[in-house]
Amino acid sequence: MRALDTLPDGMVEKRGSSLWLSHLVMIAGVLVIFFPIWLAFVASTVTQPEIVKPPMPLMPGDHFFENYSRALNAGVNVPVTTMLVNSLIMAIGIALGKIAISLISAFAIVYFRFPGRTLFFWMIFLTLMLPVEVRIVPTYEVVAGFGMLNSYSGLIFPLIASATATFLFRQFFMTIPDELAEAARVDGARPLRFFFDIVLPMSRTNIAALFVILFIYGWNQYLWPLLITTDPSMNTIVMGIKQMFPSGDDTADWPVIMATSILAMIPPVIVVVSMQKLFLRGLLESEK
Amino acid sequence: MEKRVTFKGWLLPLLLVFPQLLISAVFFFYPAGQAIWQSLFIPDPFGLSSQFVGLGNFKFLFGDSYYRASFVTTAIFSILVTLASLIPALLLAVVADRLIKGATVYRTLLIWPYAVAPAVAGVLWLFMFNTRVGVVSWYLGQFGYDWNHVLNDGEAMGLVVVASAWGRVSYNFLFFFAALQAVPKSVVEAAAIDGARFTRRFFTIVLPLISPTTFFLLVVNIVYAFFETFGVIHTITSGGPQQATTILVYKVFSDGFVGQDLGSSAAQSVVLLVVVGLMTIIQFKYLEKRVHY
Amino acid sequence: MKTKLKSYALGALAASVLCGPTAFAATEVQFWHAFTGRLGELVAEQVETFNGSQSDYQIVASHKGNYSETLNAGIAAFRAKEQPHILMVFEVGTATMMGAKGAIKPIHEVMADAGATFDPDAYIGSVKGYYTTTDGKMLSLPFNSSTPVLWVNKDALKAADVDPEVDLSTWQKVGEVLDKVKAAGSECPLTTAWQSWIHLENLSAYHNTPFATKDNGFAGLDTELAFNSELQVQHVQAMGDWAKDGKFMYAGRRNEGGANFRAGECALFTESSAGYAGISKEAQFEFAVRPLPYWEGSEGAPQNTIIGGASLWVMEGHEADEYKGVAAFLNFLSTADIQAKWHQDTGYLPITVAAGDKTKADGFYDKNPGTDIAVIQMTAKAPTANSKGLRLGSFDQIRGIIDEELEAVWSGDKTAQVALDSAVERGNKLLRRFEQANK
Repeated sequence: MRALDTLPDGMVEKRGSSLWLSHLVMIAGVLVIFFPIWLAFVASTVTQPEIVKPPMPLMPGDHFFENYSRALNAGVNVPVTTMLVNSLIMAIGIALGKIAISLISAFAIVYFRFPGRTLFFWMIFLTLMLPVEVRIVPTYEVVAGFGMLNSYSGLIFPLIASATATFLFRQFFMTIPDELAEAARVDGARPLRFFFDIVLPMSRTNIAALFVILFIYGWNQYLWPLLITTDPSMNTIVMGIKQMFPSGDDTADWPVIMATSILAMIPPVIVVVSMQKLFLRGLLESEK
Repeated sequence: MEKRVTFKGWLLPLLLVFPQLLISAVFFFYPAGQAIWQSLFIPDPFGLSSQFVGLGNFKFLFGDSYYRASFVTTAIFSILVTLASLIPALLLAVVADRLIKGATVYRTLLIWPYAVAPAVAGVLWLFMFNTRVGVVSWYLGQFGYDWNHVLNDGEAMGLVVVASAWGRVSYNFLFFFAALQAVPKSVVEAAAIDGARFTRRFFTIVLPLISPTTFFLLVVNIVYAFFETFGVIHTITSGGPQQATTILVYKVFSDGFVGQDLGSSAAQSVVLLVVVGLMTIIQFKYLEKRVHY
Repeated sequence: MKTKLKSYALGALAASVLCGPTAFAATEVQFWHAFTGRLGELVAEQVETFNGSQSDYQIVASHKGNYSETLNAGIAAFRAKEQPHILMVFEVGTATMMGAKGAIKPIHEVMADAGATFDPDAYIGSVKGYYTTTDGKMLSLPFNSSTPVLWVNKDALKAADVDPEVDLSTWQKVGEVLDKVKAAGSECPLTTAWQSWIHLENLSAYHNTPFATKDNGFAGLDTELAFNSELQVQHVQAMGDWAKDGKFMYAGRRNEGGANFRAGECALFTESSAGYAGISKEAQFEFAVRPLPYWEGSEGAPQNTIIGGASLWVMEGHEADEYKGVAAFLNFLSTADIQAKWHQDTGYLPITVAAGDKTKADGFYDKNPGTDIAVIQMTAKAPTANSKGLRLGSFDQIRGIIDEELEAVWSGDKTAQVALDSAVERGNKLLRRFEQANK
């Protein structure tokens, strides 16, 4: 990136008209991709009658504060702020929990020969293959058996049971030069020292990339939290949005639903944007 | 692929894999085993009684022509979602890669859809395309196009594909962008000096260089199209019109979770497991060979 | 008024969350329901009124998603022995709940065990009938019930030069009006919500024709679908022809058509009587409610329409004094004051005769003309075996099949006869599976 910055604009593609074309393509792409979100934002700033009488406006109205303060205080069972906090705890818990257990187990698979290693490796593969919805009822019974309904651990643990992250870390560890481990071994370094001093720092960007992916995975969960939180104070935000849609013949309060949807997007967007640099570097390295 | 250099000992590695093993066993293998076992029964939803039927659930499924047809629907849907999420993402990434000014702004706007939960994305797209009153279908109507995804199966398929692919475009864009940034500029410039046109340079040099990323995204997106799109379909079409958008996982979800037919739902997930297993083998055997590392 | 109610309800919720059972030392009763938005506020208000009216029991209401999510949450919870005391189940889940002996405690038992006064005759026959055994024992308490009616956009009729008070009592007359409205250039003369419920289930009951054998499933699990007889085929074919001519616009399987009607796009709309709240809130045109049309010349029509909506089921596995709380709450919900208020606020039908009488005495029907049409339509005749309701297993999936087959008719891919024959055949397979699961 730095090297490229020093080049004059359009070094790779010299013609100026092409540069404009590039911007045109990007702007068109952004317009199409961003349009649904723009529309949600517009809907969150106008009134219900403006939305239900087609066509709804395409430019924001002046009910921003009214709708958003209603959204923040509304919520089906609990205020939206409570749900946002729950989602945050759940998403961070899933991301950190999965990264932690995956890092150490991937380290064990790559750097040790131990009984049952191959079996363990294939078990990891298997967990990538069965959709959550299929095992949702038996999983619920397990969680209930442990008394983990309505708890953060019940929200978090079943969702870190798949081994995607272990698989990715294994791929990355395989690319770490053998010389480093050799040198550590010659120095008489203990495996855990090697892990903390060499492997962990080298995995920094991978961890960041996975954190982003897992955070969003956790944040966007819907069916699972719906099933296991019977106590309203444990509800999450995505669940809350869906709950604002009426059953049967009642009508939807679009401005509040859309305002809540926008609020629900902000934390994951902040995470992605703020970790963008690390995230991209992490992706680069894990793809080798 | 194996490491040549390893550490000695077996207690430490076992301790290290223990947390993962425990969580997988308790929250994955036990419940998954239960689900597979159930495919041999017709249980009642409350778990009060259940009838052993052997392979009866499978016979019931494959005797149903609608179920057999949904394999084709699933294939079409998955291919379309994968293409619709990869191609625009690659195009945008290629263009963004060539820009220095404004790239961050574009990138920041492009990643928003990734932050939208699939459950909410379905609602958003239905909101825009609701027959005659959605804002997009209304404007289409003004231009003389009568949008009607509730009866037109092509439009229904198009809408669920776009709604499912939407968030993935952002995700894929990030990966492609990262891969393209890693392509050494010197290689590309050398070709440019040789006078190779951009399109040729792209197909002969850049595309092979980013093929590991493309392969990874291909696998991830097919899995996504298979497993994680049922919520979007449930919200927008409920599998209709007729059965035009009923994909396999949506049927697992609607028979099991909505229809309370746990036996059939479990049998369907066993079928899915086999399908996904076969696909994984094919992908790694044939596609990976053609990928240049 | 509205905001006051809301803050009242929210305050109640906060109180029940913050204080919990320890502060009250009252017996806690869990109540899971599927209502959000305005209906959710009204439920919260009912609960709060009950909690405030006595100190022995504390109802804790919790919203569990839409109807099928609520049912699933209840089932999953039962399997894990964490079930609530009261679970709201939509009408299509009735057979599933009935089949779950050992998971549910019928209302008549709950009331008898608790020693509560309970008079089944106080409830309106055609409402409670759906949730009553063939020998008259009430299994669950109807909570929100509605029935389909015909909604009319008077402005759209005027624009087509049709007298807005035109007679729309029969489908023949509706057909004539559709011709005129279409000729005047309307894009949507007629639309519908919940097509299976209105145009097959209610159509059958309204014309005293079986939807399924064995008294529509009330008399046994070995029931078979029967909605491919002449009446239903003729009706669906007529609708299909209207769809082909652009006189009937299909908008979706649920109540998507409501958005079109409320936006003023459609002249006529067949939808639940509970659509009242939404239509009166959003419609910027003059509207009216009419009884659901019937086919003139069909013997016994109009009979009575059947209900849709949800009822409250009591689940097994709790303590006797908790069931006393359940009985007290359900009796409270059945009182005339609460019922009359619910009926007037929501457009749902009253479940007791007394609530209907009170609403009339309050002058509500005079002030809101048309709101009594659903009640009259339901109660005009005593229900027959064909119009008591439906009790079919896997009914949610069967409705899905019906939706698919009707869509084939609307799009012109199949004739009504072919589509309905196919729906019956496919649905029967599911009924046999359900029978096997509930042996």
